[in-house]
Amino acid sequence: MSLDVIRLGFLPLVDAALPILARELGFAEEEGIDLVLVRDLSWATVQDRLLYGQTDAAHLVAPLTIATTLGLGRPAVSLSVPFVLGLNGNAITFTPDLATRLTAIGGPGDVAAIGARLKDVVLAAKGVGKKLRLGVVHRYSSHNYMLRYWLLGCGIDPNDDVEIVTVAPPFAADALAAGEVDGICVGAPWNSVAVERGDGVVVATTSQIWMRGVEKALAMKTDWMERESDHAHRLIKALYRAGEAFVDPEKVDLISEILARPVYLDRAVEPIRRVVQDRVFFAKGHEPIHIPDFMFQHREAANFPWVSQAAWLYAQMAKAGHVEANSDDFESAQRVFRPDVYRAALGPIGVPLPNASAKLEGSISDSLGVGTTQGRLILGSDRFFDGQSFDPVAYGKLLKK
Amino acid sequence: MLRRNRMRIAIVDESPARAAVIREGLEASGLSEIIVLSQRIGLVSRIEDFAPDVILIDLGNPQRDELEELFAVSRALARPVAMFVDRTDNAAMEAAIDAGVSAYVVDGLKADRIRPIVDLAIKRFNAFAQLKAELHEARSALADRKTVDAAKALLMKKRGLDEPAAYAALRKAAMDRGRKISDVADALLTAEKLMEGL
Repeated sequence: MSLDVIRLGFLPLVDAALPILARELGFAEEEGIDLVLVRDLSWATVQDRLLYGQTDAAHLVAPLTIATTLGLGRPAVSLSVPFVLGLNGNAITFTPDLATRLTAIGGPGDVAAIGARLKDVVLAAKGVGKKLRLGVVHRYSSHNYMLRYWLLGCGIDPNDDVEIVTVAPPFAADALAAGEVDGICVGAPWNSVAVERGDGVVVATTSQIWMRGVEKALAMKTDWMERESDHAHRLIKALYRAGEAFVDPEKVDLISEILARPVYLDRAVEPIRRVVQDRVFFAKGHEPIHIPDFMFQHREAANFPWVSQAAWLYAQMAKAGHVEANSDDFESAQRVFRPDVYRAALGPIGVPLPNASAKLEGSISDSLGVGTTQGRLILGSDRFFDGQSFDPVAYGKLLKK
Repeated sequence: MLRRNRMRIAIVDESPARAAVIREGLEASGLSEIIVLSQRIGLVSRIEDFAPDVILIDLGNPQRDELEELFAVSRALARPVAMFVDRTDNAAMEAAIDAGVSAYVVDGLKADRIRPIVDLAIKRFNAFAQLKAELHEARSALADRKTVDAAKALLMKKRGLDEPAAYAALRKAAMDRGRKISDVADALLTAEKLMEGL
């Protein structure tokens, strides 16, 4: 049988795991797909290849799918997210000097208390005309919005009290070391790189800020997804199988070895294994510490594209001044996430499917069984650090036409 | 509206060799206000100081996201946007991406003024890729010849053959196995090394 070629763009990050495993563990081939993976070094290039037809699908920072659909920085092209490639996995790393003023270094602390101390440092620096500079990986990244959510929740105005700039992940550790930035919010393996060099100390993981924060998305042009729905469904099935493999503890060594290969992340195996096992290296000279659900790739319908997650992202984009909030764009942003396609692709193979397409984000404090159309589904805590919840319906009612 | 009549062009490329090839092409067509930026450090402030009308960046450059952020927020720059943002010319955009170049232009510049520059950059990117491929070919041809010479010398020494006979032996072995002579020569040298002259 000849295979159908699907080309998928990605950046060399641990959370590109599901597409890589779909290829390397044979799940794509089982679906009749020759999954060709195209590695790049910037999201701009991953995005350009997708928009101009060099790839069919992409591993993308979730907010960028919304930015592209709304036409921020590029011609507006409708993208769809029928599958989420993972939740969280990022961390906030400060220079060692700054970190010692914020937390007991070497392990996780109370992020609200750390943020309160950070506020004093931030305001003092602002007072002498030297605003703290914080690096994120992309203007429209979950990293940026999670960092901003935390700062704002701690009484720091991310638009005024600090300066937030984009730093390409491979240079994030260098930028910290050179004093170009005081802190970074980046994904694996880049925090570890800064920590191992002694240039940075992790003060918080994004999972401490939002326990179930949406991170990378499987993006497709909407017209491709609709025209090639059979291809799209088979790809989603292969990625789902890859997710099952990712959470199999027996496969940790194999998965880490595959991700480390020169054609993928091209890095040492051990730091990757640490991330796959949710162990976080907070500071040089300290043992890595297990942070439950640090990087959440599959369980509890993590791959389900909740419309309420897209809504939350849009709300953060508005707060950051990246969009002028209005109800039409809010609707378009929510339509990017496509639970209907997830259901259509995975329903036939017996995957548990939630009844609802949106939820009150941040409202689950203990595990909760949720209504399903098939299968059994229990969702774990999805709390925000400040105990708030986000209701997309209430948010929408506040917006002007 | 243009702030000046002459175009200022910034070439951001980690490969100084490729940047030189592009610069040469642009200069040959009469464009003279060109800056080449190959270093990461200080890139942002150098771009702001130069205030280019057109910025060319290779697609493999990891700093594209940083620069796009700069273009979105900079007060010093006149808002460069991804080229052909009005979507009048998807074919040109596809050609640029195939060639491996991306371009940003100051908002408001007319497409007919940008198009020749971008076309030229695409041609130069392709020419550079071609040059690199040819260089690689020439280099590997040279390496092949050295390998074959070393294998011939080994056969002449170990089996007491003269040069034509040694070459004939290599050629026959290659033909029998459907391999290149240089591959057989390489295998012979590897085996010799493993056996350490036994």
